[in-house]
Amino acid sequence: MIGILTSHWSEFITGFGNTILCSLIALFFSLVLGIGFALLEVAPIKFLRIIAKIYIELFRNIPLLVITMVFYLVIPQFFFKVSGFVAGTIGLSLYTSAFIAENIRAGINSVGDGQMEGALSNGMTYTQAMRYVILPQAMRIVIPPLGNQFINLIKNSSVLAFVAGFDLMYQADVVALSSFQTINTYVIVGVFYLILTLPLSYYMRYLEKKLN
Amino acid sequence: MKKYRRIWLLPLIFGLVFILAACSVKQSKNKNVYQEVKQSKTITWGVRADTRLFGLMSVKTGKIEGFEIDLAKALTKQILGKDAKAKFVQTTPKTRIPLLKNGNIDAILATMTITPERAKQVDFTKPYFPSGQSLLVPDSSKIKDVKDLNGKTVLAVKGTTAVDNMAKFAPKAKVLEYDDYGQAFTALKAGQGQAMTTDNGVLAGIASENRGYKLVGGTFTQEPYGIAVNKGQTKLLNKLNQALVEVKKNGTYHRIVEKWFGGVPGFKEVENE
Repeated sequence: MIGILTSHWSEFITGFGNTILCSLIALFFSLVLGIGFALLEVAPIKFLRIIAKIYIELFRNIPLLVITMVFYLVIPQFFFKVSGFVAGTIGLSLYTSAFIAENIRAGINSVGDGQMEGALSNGMTYTQAMRYVILPQAMRIVIPPLGNQFINLIKNSSVLAFVAGFDLMYQADVVALSSFQTINTYVIVGVFYLILTLPLSYYMRYLEKKLN
Repeated sequence: MKKYRRIWLLPLIFGLVFILAACSVKQSKNKNVYQEVKQSKTITWGVRADTRLFGLMSVKTGKIEGFEIDLAKALTKQILGKDAKAKFVQTTPKTRIPLLKNGNIDAILATMTITPERAKQVDFTKPYFPSGQSLLVPDSSKIKDVKDLNGKTVLAVKGTTAVDNMAKFAPKAKVLEYDDYGQAFTALKAGQGQAMTTDNGVLAGIASENRGYKLVGGTFTQEPYGIAVNKGQTKLLNKLNQALVEVKKNGTYHRIVEKWFGGVPGFKEVENE
C-alpha cells in the first residue's frame, strides 16, 4: 500500500489539491446561495418565495451527476467551453446550495414568530430584524445540519471524476486501473478524504459548543 | 396421487441431467472438429452480438448482422461448399473461450485480438482484420496524424491501453479519461477535446452512426483480430487459413469490407497485412 502511494505520489497530490480547491469554492458559493435562497423562501413577497421554491426543488431533486453533466456537455455545445473542473464545481455548488437553503429555512422557521414581531414593533425594519435578530439565532440551530452538508459536499466532489476534473477520485480510478491494485488505491483515497472531513467535523462540533 | 407423480418425476429429471452431462463430456473430448463439421455441413461460430459493424443483434430482423457474420458465412461456404450452413452463438469476451473449450462452438470470430497469453489457450488463424488504435475527429479538424496531437487534448477511456499508448506516440498531448466510449464521444461532441482515441473498430462504429466525424491517422498500433479454434484442431485451423486466403483472392473479403466499412469516412482498408 505504501508502494502504490509513493509510486503514484504526484497523482494523489494533484488530485487531493483539486479536491480541496473544488470543495472550498463550492463551500463558499453554496453557503452564499443557500442563505440567499433561504431568505427568499421566507420573504414576505409571494413571487420571491415561488422563485426560491422552484430553484430548491429543481436542484435538490436532480442527481448531482446529471446537473454536472449538463454543465459539462450541454452548455459547451451552445454557449461557451466549460472545463470538467469548473462544471463539477458549479454543479456541486448549486446542488449543495439547495440543501443548505432548506436547512437554513428550517432554522429561521424554528425561531419563534414572536421574535420577528417583537423586533418589528421595536422599530426595526424587516431587513434589520432578519440581520440582527432572526439569522443569528437561526444559524446556531443550523450548525449541525450545515456540518453534514459540508461533509457531504467534500465527498460529493468525487463527481469530478466523471467529467475528467482531475480530482482525487479521478486519479484513484486512473491509478487503480493502471496498477491493478484496486483495493489499496481506494483505501488510500479513503484516508485522503478522511484527512479533509475529520477536521471539518471536529471544527463544526467545536463551533456548535462555542455558540451554545 | 399427485404426490406420487412428483416423486416419479425426480429420477426422470436426474436421468436427463446425467444424459446431458454425459453429452457435454463427450463433446469436450478432443475430437476432430473438422470431421464433425464436414459431416454435419455446419460450422458453429462464436460471434459478438453487441458490437456495431462487427456483429450486432438487429432489432428489425432479430438476427445478428455485421462484418464478422458475413465473413463467417463466406468462410463456411468456402470450406464446406455452397449448401453448408453457418450457425451463430452469441459470445462475450468472458464466455467465448469456455464455450470453445466445451465444444459449444467450433470457432471464435468475435473481435478477438491475437495475444501471446490467449495463444496459450487457443490456436489463432492468420489475422482477418487489421485492428489497432486510431483517432476520431470532427470533419473540420486539421489533425491528420497521431503526431499532430502534441499540445492538444485527447479523449480516451479509463484503463485502456489507448491511454498508455498516447504517452508513447504523442507525449505532449493532454489525455482526459472517461468511464466508457459513450461518455468520451459525448465529450468530443461537446468540444472538450480535439480527438478521441481507441481501437479503429470501435471508432468506425461510432463514425458510422454519427455524421460529421471521421477516422484519421490509420492505425498506429497493431492489434489484429484472428479466428480462434481449440488447441489441437490443426486440420480446421489449416482449412480456415486456406479459406481466408481464398476469400481475399476471389474478392469476397473485399466486398464484405466495403459493405460494412465503405461508408465510414477515413477508414483505411488494409487487405494484405
